[in-house]
Amino acid sequence: MKSNFAHRMILALLVALCLSLSVPMMAQEAPKSPDTIKVGILHSLSGTMAISETTLKDVLLMLIAEQNQKGGLLGKQLEAVVVDPASDWPMFAEKARDLLTRDKVAVVFGCWTSVSRKSVLPVFEELNGLLFYPVQYEGQESSKNVIYTGAAPNQQAIPAVDYLLGEGVKRFVLVGTDYVFPRTANKIVEAYLLKNGVAQEDIITYYTPFSHSDWQSIVADIKRIGGSGRKTAVISTINGDANVPFYKELAAQNISASSIPVMAFSVGEEELSGVDSKPLVGHLAAWNYFQSVDKPENSEFIVKWKEYIKDPKRVTNDPMEASYIGFNLWVKAVEKAKTTDVDAVLKALVGLSTPNLTGGVAKVLPNHHLTKPVLIGEIEDNGQFQVVWSTEGEVEGDAWSDFLPESADLISDWTPPINCGNYNEKTKTCLGAEKPAEEKK
Amino acid sequence: MRSLARLINVFLSLSLFFGLVLGSLGLLGELKAARSDDSPVDPPMVTTGEASTAEGAITEVVSNPESPMESPMESPTELSPAVLESLASSKVADRDVAIQALGRDDSDLAGVLLEGLLKGRLYLDRPSGALYLGETSNLALTWPNNGPLKPANPRKVAVNNRQRETIESLLGTRSLRDPDPKVRRAVSRALIGAPLTNSSLIQEFLSQETDAETKDNLKIILALGTLKDPNQNPAAKLTAINDLSGLYAPAATDDLKALAQGSDPSLATAAAQALRRLEAKAQHLALAETIFFGLSLGSVLVLIAIGLAITFGVMGVINMAHGEMAMLGAYTVWGLQTLWPQSPGLALIMALPAAFLVSGLVGGAIEMTIIRPLYQRPLETLLATFGLSLILQQAVRKGVSSMNVAVVTPAFMSGQWRLTANLSVTQGRVLIFFFCLLVFALVYLVLRKTRLGLEIRAVTQNRGMARALGVPSRRVDTLTFALGSGVAGVSGVALSQLTNVGPNLGQDYIVDSFMVVVFGGVGNLWGTLVGGLIIGLANKFLEPINGAMLAKITIMVGVILFIQRNPLGLFPQRGRVASF
Repeated sequence: MKSNFAHRMILALLVALCLSLSVPMMAQEAPKSPDTIKVGILHSLSGTMAISETTLKDVLLMLIAEQNQKGGLLGKQLEAVVVDPASDWPMFAEKARDLLTRDKVAVVFGCWTSVSRKSVLPVFEELNGLLFYPVQYEGQESSKNVIYTGAAPNQQAIPAVDYLLGEGVKRFVLVGTDYVFPRTANKIVEAYLLKNGVAQEDIITYYTPFSHSDWQSIVADIKRIGGSGRKTAVISTINGDANVPFYKELAAQNISASSIPVMAFSVGEEELSGVDSKPLVGHLAAWNYFQSVDKPENSEFIVKWKEYIKDPKRVTNDPMEASYIGFNLWVKAVEKAKTTDVDAVLKALVGLSTPNLTGGVAKVLPNHHLTKPVLIGEIEDNGQFQVVWSTEGEVEGDAWSDFLPESADLISDWTPPINCGNYNEKTKTCLGAEKPAEEKK
Repeated sequence: MRSLARLINVFLSLSLFFGLVLGSLGLLGELKAARSDDSPVDPPMVTTGEASTAEGAITEVVSNPESPMESPMESPTELSPAVLESLASSKVADRDVAIQALGRDDSDLAGVLLEGLLKGRLYLDRPSGALYLGETSNLALTWPNNGPLKPANPRKVAVNNRQRETIESLLGTRSLRDPDPKVRRAVSRALIGAPLTNSSLIQEFLSQETDAETKDNLKIILALGTLKDPNQNPAAKLTAINDLSGLYAPAATDDLKALAQGSDPSLATAAAQALRRLEAKAQHLALAETIFFGLSLGSVLVLIAIGLAITFGVMGVINMAHGEMAMLGAYTVWGLQTLWPQSPGLALIMALPAAFLVSGLVGGAIEMTIIRPLYQRPLETLLATFGLSLILQQAVRKGVSSMNVAVVTPAFMSGQWRLTANLSVTQGRVLIFFFCLLVFALVYLVLRKTRLGLEIRAVTQNRGMARALGVPSRRVDTLTFALGSGVAGVSGVALSQLTNVGPNLGQDYIVDSFMVVVFGGVGNLWGTLVGGLIIGLANKFLEPINGAMLAKITIMVGVILFIQRNPLGLFPQRGRVASF
């Protein structure tokens, strides 16, 4: 009897602990009041993706607080509704539905991984919501209800490959985590390399499980491939956690950035802040923003961010800039439309532009992507990037890759008369809700 | 009460022992590392006077090639304004010109500037045009002598990877004059595969060289240059291929492949032959490497599974929070390194006993509060410990940071050991392998040779009888669990050197460690050791065949099939006492 009692006590304790951990998140779901405009924030605050997504939640809260200080929007205060989808993809769809139906938010900023975006997409389309998606992604998608403020492949992967080709690289090793972004990005990169005269046998691809930590064999292979004469570079679409052991193994096997450079598409300042970055010096990353970009608007943003988060060591990164741009665009669009009605705001958004943090302008294109500059940075020993190359002006985001046969003829245009996310320019038809053949497989 | 004190005493002295033995192991590693000739060699200053005006493509910017200098640091060379201008330019191509010009300049100053460029320590003061070396906070005027001591607006002169490669090659060629054969050996090895900047200079060095290995390396460098050069005639290429016979030069693979398919028949056969020799040698090396990688992966698996072999194997508790005990160990390293930022190596060594204590104490507390009421109820134990693992993860996320934390890899854990001329192994991995064997031996000794071990075995074999004989079974349970958790904490210290230290660290390893324990045979430490090494080796032999993803799945399927036929694993517990 006694042990049974103790058992119940323990269970009660466990439940209490779980509750106490989730209370701060629930506390932010304030009661509804009619005088505010609600802004939904759909980023994971627990689970594997918390490492990246928590920061974006903080950035948005900072921007909302700042907007409220300026007097809010349309004479109303903004109210953040923060939910935690806990890095669980189906939960993203559930929470998105909650935000749109129960909380009736005017707009949602959220998602990080492609699979979470794919999971909420039907919800936003069904309920006619508005989502600002702030992360670089694989493209091959365009939704009426989503504004893609991160880079499309032609705003990251293609310029990065151009840079490497310009540096005399003849052989490419594509290493990625096994999921949709690396697979699609690598397909585009491979098609582009073949088109640029790189032989098929000089493109070698490796995929690994999530959180892969034993890189010995793959790095030894890279060393062998790179050491057989032709100038070799690695294009890495390795996701999050697996990066540190990868770079550590490169260093352990004495591979320097000058002999075999690694160009990464998912390694930014935030990822480097958890790493002893000495072994990484000289390796590359392609983004649309770096903290080290020396522009007054950027310095101002960095100062504000460090003040808000009360930690002078915190860094800024590309998805944060994308969130910043997205929020400013939405505010401008609402001011222009004089309402938060989704259709009116979407109509106001196309063609709207706002300054980005690197001295240029982010303009919303008819395909719901933005114009962005592309920067190539080399990792420095302080975990920051030194920009070694950048595009002349901004590059227009292309939803459908021109280098894959199945999407070469597709465009996206959400303005009349086309008003379609996957319009075939050859046949002059809109494929509509029907997904193109490649996606169905 | 006295027996509790005694047990705690054993616990404490064990952790001290860990610390001492491993400390000496670490120091040994550090000494070894210092002696290893593979450690990076800073290209030393170049002695002046040896006039060797290089023939280069660019001739318009040559700065004083013939002016002799007695003491260059006091009266620096005249840097031509053209070089300076191209150095200050924001265009990459202009800086290329400057680097080439500096490379052809034989002076000390040029060497110092190149090295500064390579290490990102060279700053240019825009208004005055003076050059400075050092960090932003501490810049020393380098050129010219009469420049302002404090720069007004210093900007780092940036170089990219390709330029760094060129600079390394230029500096390397200079260092081939070094009197120390070890330096020459290391430099010549590094120059293989790098762009050949000056072949006649290398030829000259080769004729003067006395060290056998350096000679071989220089021969390879020259032969590679000939093979790559499209202007060389077939006869010269044939000589180059012959020069390479007997040497192992994987960097020639691509060029040999191209020649083997070329139009010249005699050249093609020679190239094909050389290629076959090369590939046979490469295969042998790859096999040796694979075995090392397999043993290393296996040792990591064994290390994290040993703790589980105690809690799950010996006690029969399904502890889903085992990975989090390892995570706590890894965070201990981070904590100590934050306390003593100036000596990360010492912090790492001290983290071994500290992590054993931290994880052991947490483990003991978990046993007393959560697991004890749930003995004989495996499903509830599983759920409760799973919940606990989530709580511990989220606690670290809220308490420390949801970000990964930076753990420094000290010098003795990085770098490579050269076993033969062409086979090197990663120093940190070798240390972890031996560390794993040591931990295994210690745990084995504790279970076999100490009073605590005797009591643990007595309690697990027959709880009632042990209690009747006066063994305090509850305390033994707590200490067994604390021991298992403590060993998991120690494995976390090792993991901190290989992977991320973050809230998810434990999760990534929990499945693997259960797999090792079940495969090896529940309740048998030897099974864990052999099972872990077998799984590691199998994984590494499968990976080249079907990729990392499929290799993992294949291993999983293999283990399941094996367990179906042999439910008790590799080393089943036999006899009367086996209750599983």
